[in-house]
Amino acid sequence: MTTKEMTSQLEEALSRWEAQTLRPTLARLPERMAEFTTTSLRPIKRLYTPLDVQHLDFEQDIGFPGEYPFTRGIHPTMYRGKLWTMRQFAGFGTAFDTNRRFKYLLEQGQTGLSVAFDLPTLMGLDSDHPLAEGEVGKCGVAVSSLEDMEVLFDGIPLEEVTTSMTINAPAAVIFAMYLVVAEKQGADWKKISGTIQNDILKEYIAQKEWIYPPAPSMRLIVDTIAFCTQEVPRWHPISISGYHIREAGATALQELAFTLRDGIEYVEWCVRAGLDVDAFAPRLSFFFNCHNDFFEEIAKFRAARKVWARVMRERFGARDPRSWMCRFHTQTAGCSLTAQQPYNNVVRTTIQALAAVLGGTQSLHTNALDEALALPTEFTAMLALRTQQIIAYESGVVNTVDPLAGSYFVEALTSEMERGCYEYFEKIDAMGGMIAAIERGFPQKEIQEAAYRYQQAVDRREQIIVGVNEYVLEKEPIEVPILYIDESVAEIQKERLRRLRARRDTAKVQRTLEALKEAARGTENTMPYILECVRAYATLGEICDALKEVFGEYQEPPF
Amino acid sequence: MGERKIRVLIAKPGLDGHDRGAKVVARALRDAGMEVIYTGLRQTPEQIVTAALQEDVDVIGLSILSGAHMTLVPRVMQLLREKGLQDVVVFIGGIIPQEDIPKLKALGVAEVFLPGTLLEQIVHAVRQGVKRSLETSE
Repeated sequence: MTTKEMTSQLEEALSRWEAQTLRPTLARLPERMAEFTTTSLRPIKRLYTPLDVQHLDFEQDIGFPGEYPFTRGIHPTMYRGKLWTMRQFAGFGTAFDTNRRFKYLLEQGQTGLSVAFDLPTLMGLDSDHPLAEGEVGKCGVAVSSLEDMEVLFDGIPLEEVTTSMTINAPAAVIFAMYLVVAEKQGADWKKISGTIQNDILKEYIAQKEWIYPPAPSMRLIVDTIAFCTQEVPRWHPISISGYHIREAGATALQELAFTLRDGIEYVEWCVRAGLDVDAFAPRLSFFFNCHNDFFEEIAKFRAARKVWARVMRERFGARDPRSWMCRFHTQTAGCSLTAQQPYNNVVRTTIQALAAVLGGTQSLHTNALDEALALPTEFTAMLALRTQQIIAYESGVVNTVDPLAGSYFVEALTSEMERGCYEYFEKIDAMGGMIAAIERGFPQKEIQEAAYRYQQAVDRREQIIVGVNEYVLEKEPIEVPILYIDESVAEIQKERLRRLRARRDTAKVQRTLEALKEAARGTENTMPYILECVRAYATLGEICDALKEVFGEYQEPPF
Repeated sequence: MGERKIRVLIAKPGLDGHDRGAKVVARALRDAGMEVIYTGLRQTPEQIVTAALQEDVDVIGLSILSGAHMTLVPRVMQLLREKGLQDVVVFIGGIIPQEDIPKLKALGVAEVFLPGTLLEQIVHAVRQGVKRSLETSE
């Protein structure tokens, strides 16, 4: 029988089922809603059949894990060989406080570190800057100088752990601090491994912690990538992030498309700077969100690998298979957590984490139940980690690779995601690339629109959120104890900075800062100059300010 | 006399860039027929109160997700009093621990909205807040 004959036979069978079985049922018992949609408000059909996946070719589109197009995973054995890295994002208070939390998490079986910095640090401001007031140590750890970084990793051998650092606008400076701590520990830069987020495009799009305008920001990123290929070959110099794009309200498709298009922009800039694509592409990594809609999220992850593989091979002509692989970290969706009945968040996070694992993530952060109220306590942080351990060791989902492949529904959704990505790529390419699109507010407006539509759907109870617009309790049954950061952190930081500034060799600090400015004005790689500033104990704020003098500051256009 | 539209300033003090909530609430209040001015990111308390004065607003909505509310809000409230704007109704939205809510209300904040608040609740609260404020000042 030919494919065409099979198709028409199936279509007939489907029509027969609809007439004989479905219609009488609908007449007797109508469906609960006129339209069923995902969390991203994408309509979902009642039933998926082989007709929905007949455009797919098994070998070309689905294939085998560890091989192009990697739809089923980047590794041939996936979690049978090695479980994902359980990497809980942590940081609060002073470097002393966070160092203690890191050691606690490592004792609990966590396999990688992930540093959350406070807002002043993310903005390149020292803890004693006037704008830092009230923010020091609040949503992450305060790091103003090499001295803080030394405390943060005290007693943690950097050759043995992998460390992810969520830092963007000042990423080069924080990375330099980490490298100098490694140097002082006697660790070999060639052996240390980890990630800096270093993704400024999603800052302009969603998270909005920027310092410099796009062009010099991109130059700093290219500098760190080029530096890593030579000096820190096992480091991931960028984590191209959809997480914050999703948190800002994007749909699953927008998250995927904008993130991969950001990735394209970085690759273009690196290639234009003269780097060989296969020299750096294997070290690129991605970071996605995992929201509530189970199958939509799994489809998103599978499509991410497939689209990125094709982009790298066809658009950029990469030849090394490692350049084609989309390796990613996942965090469950912070924006899905509710302040109401916060214990329900454990259940939400479990479903999201399971989707991330079925989607083939390389590492995972699970949110703690109290994160719609404050930073996690030691207990809730442990429970979040235990959630991952239960999925890994008790659920059985790790026993086979990509267990949902071949599901008519999941494969059809994966294809839709893939097609949607290419449509967004075309639009953004036509605008002249991602930076041009950002300058005209395109992704920002798309996200705002999606955020509003979603909130309206919640308000109209088209999207039910348990405990929020349904099953609401007048009084919360259990109080959640929370972690409270007081202003003593800021006082400690101010005093440490005062002493540091008095103790260090001021002339040397000035010399290294001047040398950095000179390098920034030219075309040399800035990393070696930033490292010199850090070694002289120039502060984060001083180094970022020196670069501001040369690069200027970004102003968001109104839209 | 035609009823004056409620004028609202939505402001983001502090360093955090999470503006999803601020923008969604701004749009919902606009759709509910109010005049809404959004300050943009990273405004100091001084800038916010100056904008409130210039724009002659009835309501200020402060969006704070960074944990800096106990530093920023008292300053905004104090500046409002200094400028004679104590009738302006102040709302807060964001990540605010339960134990801080009574402290913020004691400072004169009308209501604190946590994640998961419905837009209709915010619109209703803003209307009620303005009504109460008019009644007490008359």
